[in-house]
Amino acid sequence: MSNLITKYFPFFTDAEVPHTVSARPDTGLYSAKLGIWLFLASEVMLFGGLFSAYIFLRIGAEPGYWPSGLLNVPVGTMNTAILIVSSITVVMAWAALKMRQLGKYKLYMLVTIICGLIFLTVKLSYEWPAKFNHFGVFIRKDAASKYEEFLGNKHLQDAGQNPRWEISGHLLDAPKGSSYSHQAEHNAEHFAHETGRHDAVTPAENDYVIQVDAVNANPSDKENDRPHFWPVPMSTKLAVISAADVESASVFAPRHSTYFATYFLITGLHGLHVLGGILVFLYLWLPFPGGTKLYKTNPEHLANRVEIAGLFWHFVDLVWIFVFPIFYLL
Amino acid sequence: MSASPSHVPATQATSHGDHAAADQAAEAAHIAAHLGAYVKVGVGLLVLTGITVGLSYVDFGSRSMNIIVGMIVATIKASMVAAIFMHLKGEKMTIWRFLIMTCIFAMGLFFLTFLAHSDPIMGTSYSTH
Repeated sequence: MSNLITKYFPFFTDAEVPHTVSARPDTGLYSAKLGIWLFLASEVMLFGGLFSAYIFLRIGAEPGYWPSGLLNVPVGTMNTAILIVSSITVVMAWAALKMRQLGKYKLYMLVTIICGLIFLTVKLSYEWPAKFNHFGVFIRKDAASKYEEFLGNKHLQDAGQNPRWEISGHLLDAPKGSSYSHQAEHNAEHFAHETGRHDAVTPAENDYVIQVDAVNANPSDKENDRPHFWPVPMSTKLAVISAADVESASVFAPRHSTYFATYFLITGLHGLHVLGGILVFLYLWLPFPGGTKLYKTNPEHLANRVEIAGLFWHFVDLVWIFVFPIFYLL
Repeated sequence: MSASPSHVPATQATSHGDHAAADQAAEAAHIAAHLGAYVKVGVGLLVLTGITVGLSYVDFGSRSMNIIVGMIVATIKASMVAAIFMHLKGEKMTIWRFLIMTCIFAMGLFFLTFLAHSDPIMGTSYSTH
């Protein structure tokens, strides 16, 4: 039994693991290098499947049902830059180890970890939560003319643009019994506090009241035909929408649309990869037996470990290079 | 990043036992020479990110054209990351073989999507939001 363990799971024992540093004669590589590339190949298929789902849903979306300009582009650009910087620092950390400069390695690795943490913090504390307090109502096509003042479809048609079926913003009042009533109450209080207006809550029980986004406040303004770089502040204009005219209504959560379903799935999975990378980097940065302690006995082995973790990290960066334009920009 | 024996200065490889140390020193020198390239590629990626953002606000005539332009820039960026940061430039053939197969399989995956789009299963609907 113990022989079997030693043979097939050498990392559970003190047995020497072959080719952690030296190249295997048949592959010409140290074994972990081959291993990580096989793993990354499977990752290409995993993200490839999701990207192909994105293309499928986007091509299949009816005109006007694939939103654009909903995400905060400056914040997304900043996060992209942070990931690129962390990709530079992780390769510098590896190079420092190769040159046997432990101090520099620790510094570069620390910067990498901090970059990863900033990226995740921005996602978790700002980008995703902001979506969960943003409400969108898709108007039934046969009732759209009633809401022309917010949709501007005549203008869009004249301009040769896709129609607009959604009114979005902050929900201030929801139909009776809606699961969003609590959120609406909170937003209405905030609205009253900010504007001094108390007309947000209507006595009607079947209405949505929405403090609309700038694009719905002036839907026929040419300025709103294309997305803006800097987010435009929300208007103080209110839209009252009868529940009978609503096709679907929800916060910007995965259930809202195929756009947000794929957005949360892909950025969520990407975020998990960032988290995984940070944990591995922490392990390699702290004085664990497989971390910086390894430097004393086998610095080349530690350098290889950092190279492997770095390859994973660059792949995560590479995925983001595609995620950023397809969700934020295009 | 494989250091070929030709990089080892003759003076360092005096005896048999010094070979490993000499190899390491040669590799370190080789890497030190590359540090500037890593920073340059990184700066290039940052600039291209700015260009991607800027181009998305230029009207190329249609949404599809903007997507094509955006994807071309993204592919250039991805290639830079793969070639330089991931050391694919000069990487062993073994890894390239795996990656070529991965590309073929990934294209197969996208082709399946194309089939599903061009010949949808009747009675299903994915064409709403």
